[in-house]
Amino acid sequence: MRVTFTVNGRRHEADDVWEGESLLYVLRERLGLPGSKNACEQGECGSCTVRLDGEPVCACLVAAGQAEGRDVVTVEGLAGYEAARAGTAPREVGTVQQAFLDAGAVQCGFCTPGLVVAADELIERNPAPSDADIREALSGNLCRCTGYEKILDAVRLAAGRAAAPEEVS
Amino acid sequence: MAGTADTTAATGAGAGARTGTGTAGATAVGARTGTPDGVGASARRPDGTLKVTGEFAYSSDLWHEDMLWGCTLRSPYAHAEIVSVDIGEALAQAGVHTVLTYDDLPAERKNYGLEIKDTPALAHGRVRYHGEPVALVAADHPETARRAAAKIRVEYRELPVVHDEDNALAEDAPLLHAGREDDHAAHVPHPNIVHRQPVVRGDADAAARRADVVVTGTYQVGMQDQAFLGPESGLAVPAEDGGVDLYIATQWLHSDRKQIAPVLGLPEEKVRMTLAGVGGAFGGREDLSMQIHACLLALRTGKPVKMVYNRFESFFGHVHRHPATLRYEHGATRDGRLTHVRCRIVLDGGAYASASPAVVGNAASLSVGPYVVDDVDIEALALYTNNPPCGAMRGFGAVQACFAYEAQLDKLADRLGMDPVELRQRNAMAQGAVMPTGQVVDSPAPVAEILRRVKALPLPPERQWEAAAEGGRGAVDVRALPGGLSNTTRGEGVVRGVGYAVGIKNVGFSEGFDDYSTARVRLEAAGGEPVALVHTAAAEVGQGGVTVHQQIVRTELGVGHVTVHPADTRVGSAGSTSASRQTYVTGGAVRHVCGLVREEVLERGRARFGAHHPAWTSAELLLEGGKVVTSGGEVLASLVEVLGDEPVEAVGEWRHRPTEPFDLTTGQGFGHVQYSFAAHRAVVEVDIELGLVKVVELACAQDVGKAVNPDAVVGQIQGGTTQGLGLAVMEEILVDPSGRVRNPSFTDYLIPTILDTPTIPVDVLELADEHAPYGLRGAGEAPTLSSTPAVLAAIRAATGRELPRVPVRPEHIVDV
Repeated sequence: MRVTFTVNGRRHEADDVWEGESLLYVLRERLGLPGSKNACEQGECGSCTVRLDGEPVCACLVAAGQAEGRDVVTVEGLAGYEAARAGTAPREVGTVQQAFLDAGAVQCGFCTPGLVVAADELIERNPAPSDADIREALSGNLCRCTGYEKILDAVRLAAGRAAAPEEVS
Repeated sequence: MAGTADTTAATGAGAGARTGTGTAGATAVGARTGTPDGVGASARRPDGTLKVTGEFAYSSDLWHEDMLWGCTLRSPYAHAEIVSVDIGEALAQAGVHTVLTYDDLPAERKNYGLEIKDTPALAHGRVRYHGEPVALVAADHPETARRAAAKIRVEYRELPVVHDEDNALAEDAPLLHAGREDDHAAHVPHPNIVHRQPVVRGDADAAARRADVVVTGTYQVGMQDQAFLGPESGLAVPAEDGGVDLYIATQWLHSDRKQIAPVLGLPEEKVRMTLAGVGGAFGGREDLSMQIHACLLALRTGKPVKMVYNRFESFFGHVHRHPATLRYEHGATRDGRLTHVRCRIVLDGGAYASASPAVVGNAASLSVGPYVVDDVDIEALALYTNNPPCGAMRGFGAVQACFAYEAQLDKLADRLGMDPVELRQRNAMAQGAVMPTGQVVDSPAPVAEILRRVKALPLPPERQWEAAAEGGRGAVDVRALPGGLSNTTRGEGVVRGVGYAVGIKNVGFSEGFDDYSTARVRLEAAGGEPVALVHTAAAEVGQGGVTVHQQIVRTELGVGHVTVHPADTRVGSAGSTSASRQTYVTGGAVRHVCGLVREEVLERGRARFGAHHPAWTSAELLLEGGKVVTSGGEVLASLVEVLGDEPVEAVGEWRHRPTEPFDLTTGQGFGHVQYSFAAHRAVVEVDIELGLVKVVELACAQDVGKAVNPDAVVGQIQGGTTQGLGLAVMEEILVDPSGRVRNPSFTDYLIPTILDTPTIPVDVLELADEHAPYGLRGAGEAPTLSSTPAVLAAIRAATGRELPRVPVRPEHIVDV
């Protein structure tokens, strides 16, 4: 079948999609967007988190056909998505992504694409999250390297910078 | 080639390259600080931006024009004879390019292994564990390959299963590997024992008679999985010369190649390997997974073949942490001095040897922990069984022992009526102490101090679920309680417990292994500035080795712009990214080779400018901030001036001081190059009615010798601590009596989420080890040891239960 949908603001068509293919497979293997990761392919690890019409979802649990006509944002488009939301000029690296770098929240990085998409969604929804809010929002994203402490640091940092953008150097 | 330092185009060591071999003794301790983001700074990762933007290419992200997808058919039985294999229907499927079985293996060598080559590339006549590879398929879509694999007809005849010590060592036990010819076969008491290592020192029987108190216990550790997030994967591309190029996630390229090439029937130089992005490892990538399989499919079809395990297959595709049964006896005098330790550690190695012999050596030599005990009688062994193969995981034999000896210390403290930290401090080793192996600990061993530090930290406030709550007096934030959002308690039945533990881990490869690393460093002028390139085969698995290499080059060559060449087999071996060794050994190699480059630069400078300034020949010269300077700070020339158009390049190997094997009957020997120590304090809250545990805080103090990158060190400690927490309260691969794995998924095998993981305050000590580069001490593993027993001690304190097994489950805490 053919699936047509928008990814990171651009319209894409994928042909010869087998009905059993997930949105994750189509993004990674047919559209050349391997940023969303394939750590479990059963909705447990969150490494494939994308926005589907704004909702954070595990792309591995969305059948490709369900994305027909809809709007998808992946990690590759996260900085642009944030800029469009804020009405600012696009940057290469978004606020949450920069905070992950500055806080040392990246080790192997396999969980990072899903986490930055999920954390960006949290901050959009709740600009001043408490630690308990951060933990609850990110509880669907497994990380095996960091012990999460620096991920918490990164989200606090990103929320602070998003609230006071002039402080970003 | 000048000006291309940001590309991967740099070629191997050419004419004029210097080579050399260094040893630990050849360099002095102490780093200069002249160039920003050098040794000691929390420099940023060079791969960080690519990782946060999704552009970093992991091994599962690779793509090649015209590539096929490989798939593995695995055994559904733990022990069975293969009666017949029919691939006809599978091969006839549209889109299928080839199906391979044992009969298609091209070379005389059919088996591989890290040390003992007992693992078949594809099963031959018999499968020995649930999930053993039997056949391979290559097809044009991964689902086509999976469906075709399901159409391969394999007829099995089930065989009796060897599943524990009793039936493994019975006289009539089925032998996992009859006719063994490996190095351990001659000294093991039964052919189903992979390796056995006693450690005997002093006279434990006589010492036991001096003991006022003796405590014993039998402890069990479940089978833990590394659960790295990036699945086993890679891309094999057949080459015109009959060889193959393999892009792969691994911990040691050269070890892989040594095992792959003979099974493919190729010389090693025709198996060219490049490290693809690695999504974590933790020991689980020391053994081969799909490497040989992807190469076989690519060479047979003449097309590039990609293989990517899903999570289900990943649980079968790599070895796990050895489950263990540990029987301990500790004695002490009334004033809390340890008299003796007797212990027997039985590790389940599963169906193939993997790293079992080295795990046995670690468990035996580190079985007493960081304590001074003159009289010991120790035995550790690993079994062959039909359970899943076990091998390397972070902590490597020391984790299991630490859980048991720390439980024993608490039991002893209780019997003596003594504070558990005080008992530990009273028996703590320090520099100069003698290990049970007879080895003298010849660098700082601040065991009492790290215990003091975690104990001195303020405790988190009581009833923190009230403090965290919004809504005033009486309000409760259930997220801060055991059971969390399941809303199982509002504080009633919740009891706090506090527990301590400390551990000892070796650093580097031990027991006489020639543990070296190779580095190539090139310095040139490009675009009017000096730039350096550092090339090693070290596997960056997430730990930040690439950052450390840049930092070392900056410090040693005084150059800000340092490019890390992709790790591949065009340079010599860097050894394994394991045993907490890469900063020490490959870091040591990079530092050593930088020294060779520096000498060449200074020679060139003397030849060109020596006549103009006497300092070129009379003063000690440094490279700092892109310049040649005297130790007094006078600038003699810029590096660009000295280098001119001609790069300086050097290649060299570096090895740490040698170790020696343990004596096979006494366990005596200088077996380990360095020791690493961490201590934890755990604070838990337990719902004693439901058996639910909330770990509130897990504080760690650790000596790292020198924090080459302080942020990265803390990240290692927090990550290792969390894996220890997982073993304490949730992580276990369940294997039923027929040898079948029951929970191969992240739905059923649970690892800590951000809700399960507490605050982890970290206190880093830096007491230099004069034998190591910059005085550093391998840091990655020690925190994984003491985390688990500290959590257990805290749960025991809250519940009063003995809890001799990890992971602890609710039914162990409440009687159901």
